[in-house]
Amino acid sequence: MPHRDPSPAPGAVFVARGLTKTYRMGEIEVHALRGVDLEIHQGEFVVLLGPSGSGKSTLLNILGGLDTPTSGTAVWRDHDLTAAGEMELTRYRREHVGFVFQFYNLIPSLTARENVALVTEMAENPMRPDEALALVGLGDRLDHYPSQLSGGEQQRVAIARAVAKRPDVLLCDEPTGALDYPTGKLVLEVIARINRELGTTAVVITHNAPIAKIADRVMQLADGRIASVQANAAKLTPEEISW
Amino acid sequence: MRMLDRKLLRDLWRVKTQVLTIALVVASGIGGFIASLSTYDSLRSLQQDYYDQARFAHVFVTVKRAPSIIEARLLDIPGVAETETTIAYDVLLDLPDVVEPVTGHIIALPASGNPRVNRLTLMAGRWIAAPASNEVLVGEAFAKARGLQPGDRVAALLNGRREQLDIAGIVLSPEYIFAGRGGLADDKSFGIFWMGRERLAAAYNMEGAFNRAAVRLAHGASQQAALDALDRLLEPYGGTGAYGRDEQFSHRALTQEINEQKVFGIVLPSVFLAVAVFLLNVVVARQIGTQRNQIAALKALGYPNVAIGMHYLKFVLVIVALGIVLGIAIGAWLGSAMTGMYAKFFHFPTLEFRIQPWIPIVASVVSLAAAALGAFNALTRVVRLPPAEAMRPASPPIFRPTLLERLGYGHLYSPQVRMILRDMERRPLRALLTTLGISCAIAILISGTWWRDAIDYLLDVEFRLRERQHVSLVLTDPVSSSALQDVARLPGVLRAEAARDAPVRFRNGHLSYRTTLLGLPEDSQMRQLLDAQLNTVALPAEGIVMSERLARRLEVVPGDTVWIEFLQGKRAKKRVVVSGLVNELVELRAYMARDALNRLLGEGDSITSVRIQFDTSRREAFFSQVKQTPKIAAAVEIDPIIQNFRDTSARFILVYTGILTVFAAVIAVGVVYNNARIALAERAWELASLRVLGFTRGEVSGLLLGELAIELILALPLGWLLGYWLSFGIVQLIHSETFEIPLIIEPRTYAYATLATLAAGVISALIVRRRIDRMDLVAVLKTRE
Repeated sequence: MPHRDPSPAPGAVFVARGLTKTYRMGEIEVHALRGVDLEIHQGEFVVLLGPSGSGKSTLLNILGGLDTPTSGTAVWRDHDLTAAGEMELTRYRREHVGFVFQFYNLIPSLTARENVALVTEMAENPMRPDEALALVGLGDRLDHYPSQLSGGEQQRVAIARAVAKRPDVLLCDEPTGALDYPTGKLVLEVIARINRELGTTAVVITHNAPIAKIADRVMQLADGRIASVQANAAKLTPEEISW
Repeated sequence: MRMLDRKLLRDLWRVKTQVLTIALVVASGIGGFIASLSTYDSLRSLQQDYYDQARFAHVFVTVKRAPSIIEARLLDIPGVAETETTIAYDVLLDLPDVVEPVTGHIIALPASGNPRVNRLTLMAGRWIAAPASNEVLVGEAFAKARGLQPGDRVAALLNGRREQLDIAGIVLSPEYIFAGRGGLADDKSFGIFWMGRERLAAAYNMEGAFNRAAVRLAHGASQQAALDALDRLLEPYGGTGAYGRDEQFSHRALTQEINEQKVFGIVLPSVFLAVAVFLLNVVVARQIGTQRNQIAALKALGYPNVAIGMHYLKFVLVIVALGIVLGIAIGAWLGSAMTGMYAKFFHFPTLEFRIQPWIPIVASVVSLAAAALGAFNALTRVVRLPPAEAMRPASPPIFRPTLLERLGYGHLYSPQVRMILRDMERRPLRALLTTLGISCAIAILISGTWWRDAIDYLLDVEFRLRERQHVSLVLTDPVSSSALQDVARLPGVLRAEAARDAPVRFRNGHLSYRTTLLGLPEDSQMRQLLDAQLNTVALPAEGIVMSERLARRLEVVPGDTVWIEFLQGKRAKKRVVVSGLVNELVELRAYMARDALNRLLGEGDSITSVRIQFDTSRREAFFSQVKQTPKIAAAVEIDPIIQNFRDTSARFILVYTGILTVFAAVIAVGVVYNNARIALAERAWELASLRVLGFTRGEVSGLLLGELAIELILALPLGWLLGYWLSFGIVQLIHSETFEIPLIIEPRTYAYATLATLAAGVISALIVRRRIDRMDLVAVLKTRE
């Protein structure tokens, strides 16, 4: 992977400059990102806040190596994500990134344990699947299929699957979006704990403003741009917030 | 990637019915391929081995009477390795409890017992002990058909004298693997016997002479040169022209049948494989469509494209592998059953079915490759799918008004029909392929069942329209036409017509053909000459009329002249005009007015056969008299020929049709069921929404199955057409010089193919309909794919 030095602030793991993204959705052309600059630091908990269509998912996908920008650069440590090919991005995702999706994206034909094993099989220094599931409080649901789990449980399996390989960053796209209030809080607690205890950099997308209070920093997106960045002087625990 | 493999197995299990139906289509193709080609290979190797072991001759020749001393000169012909001369005559047999005389052919055995060439295999009983006795060996086919055992006796007219023949043993001969007269298999009314030469020679005054020779050629010898030399040598002794295996009845029929197996083994499985590839393509594309999110998740988790691509490729390969395993089992079973069925036609000492390893290997490799290629499109879509895009639900498909709506006829049909038509028009390729798939089922059924129509037509035209006699009596030698009066006096004879048949060779430039020239009375009532439209063709006063296929073979048209070389008597060579053509399905023959023929022969008014219509109530009396009459070599009765052929072919056709019906049903079910299931999976959300809006189950099913119904109906005419073409193609591929299979497909065959396919389609649709009825609305609406 090509190395480059966009002279970021010390400790920045992600640095993006002038990111734009245009794609076609059916017959419509969508300008998802219109010039985004950002830096995210090691061990930081960042919330990307914005209404639907503001470009948060596109930004997260680019940071996670799932998508490439139309223009601009995105760098993770010394990895240039914009210049990387498909193979390099795959390796990047496999070695460094843990993903959590709004709709969990579990493999329905595999049990909770097997869904986690899907990742630990190819990771270098993973947790044991049952260990990862215990971490999210599902030590007793190991052999259940996704269809036998509630939404919150499925999302926690997805988090276990994401953290089991001890990733450097945890990228969560609306992790509570499909969940009811108490379950959503439970899931946020798990993410916060992973960030706190394992030191994993966490980037969480939400359109739900109160959730932003549990972050170190909140980036507000609107219409494909970062409208504001705001540091939480006193971040709250998920227990303390409500929406 | 163990977890992916586990996912694979569970995904396969979830769609097990679809997996099974596709695997069965693959299995049918592979089974058909293995069965046909292995039968082909088994029969060919049986033929080869038996020919080698029994030292089957390469060249055959019949003469009037040649002194035994000539035999040594046969060996002087370059390329001739081995010879065997013998005596053979047609005889009338009188079987106990059988009214009609049965035609037999009796061949002399050398003093050594078993001939050097065309060796016999003893199947039961013993060899002849005393060469001068009335002991005989009988061919197994006839013995079985007539229930003859060693120790039994049959009466025969040997050169006009009634003799009792004692059956000592039952044998097989490479010359009579397939036995019959007039181009049709008939074990029952044609029996081959072998007798000590001394005894037979005495009966026919043939001591120190032979009338038949069989020759084995040295490896690499020129057959044509040997044929020419033999003809030159034997012409003075009444040689009727030497011929090779290609004109030998048993060899020709056997080889023709073996080659048909090869054609079936290649043509039909290709259709199956094409359908299987289409189904795999549709199912895998569907599988990938529903698993967009899973694919995205796998990519997000860092699985490389190759691993994910392999995962879906394995999905295809497992289905095909299952089909291969089933197909090999089906092929082995079917092949051994088919070979067993051939045992009823072809009489080999052993009938061993074998599967050469290359056959299943080729079948497997071709199907795996075809399936992988078929799934290639869907697989590249997986690989190309950018992970981020896969995260989003697929963008809504683009619909637009159908052609009919754009033309302003939209008001003619309901919104439901509009939905169905728009859906079909949006995916025209899938609709087309589905239609094509169903029509393949119809085509296979037609191509497998029309044989019955062809055989009925053939028997009807050849034996009812052309040959109007009840029986024809073949005389041992040409006699004066006054003999007709004697025949007419036989009990019950209503009408008798004499003909002069002469063995001839036609020549036109370098082209030649050996056949029979039939000299008919000018106003023949019993032997009709018909053209392709079954109109009567008049016999010219001079000139000849020949079958269209003979004219093609000789490259002549009406108005041209050809050379006739008579192979009997004075062996005259005459030039005659071809004045007309007739359309005949069996044999390549020519016709001439009897008087004109006799003039050419210069032998006076002679006859060689008599066609007879008799009073059927006096059949018994008629035949009992015929059995006593010398000079009659054979009595060929039409009805038993037709009956025997129908009996044997009916069983064969029934089995064949049954197998192909099952195969075609497999295709129809495979296509209809898989398409319905896929449509249901793709549109479950939409259909559930409609149910919530108040649509009834019937209306919702109508939406889903309406498309299939339209495709099924469109498939019918296409299937009929394809069936006709497929049958036409098969007829072209199994083309034989001596036998034309009329491409006659009756409405009943189209109807059968249509009904069988519709039944399979409707049953599959009903199974899917049950699923629609049991759809859990809430669950469907909660999960948005």
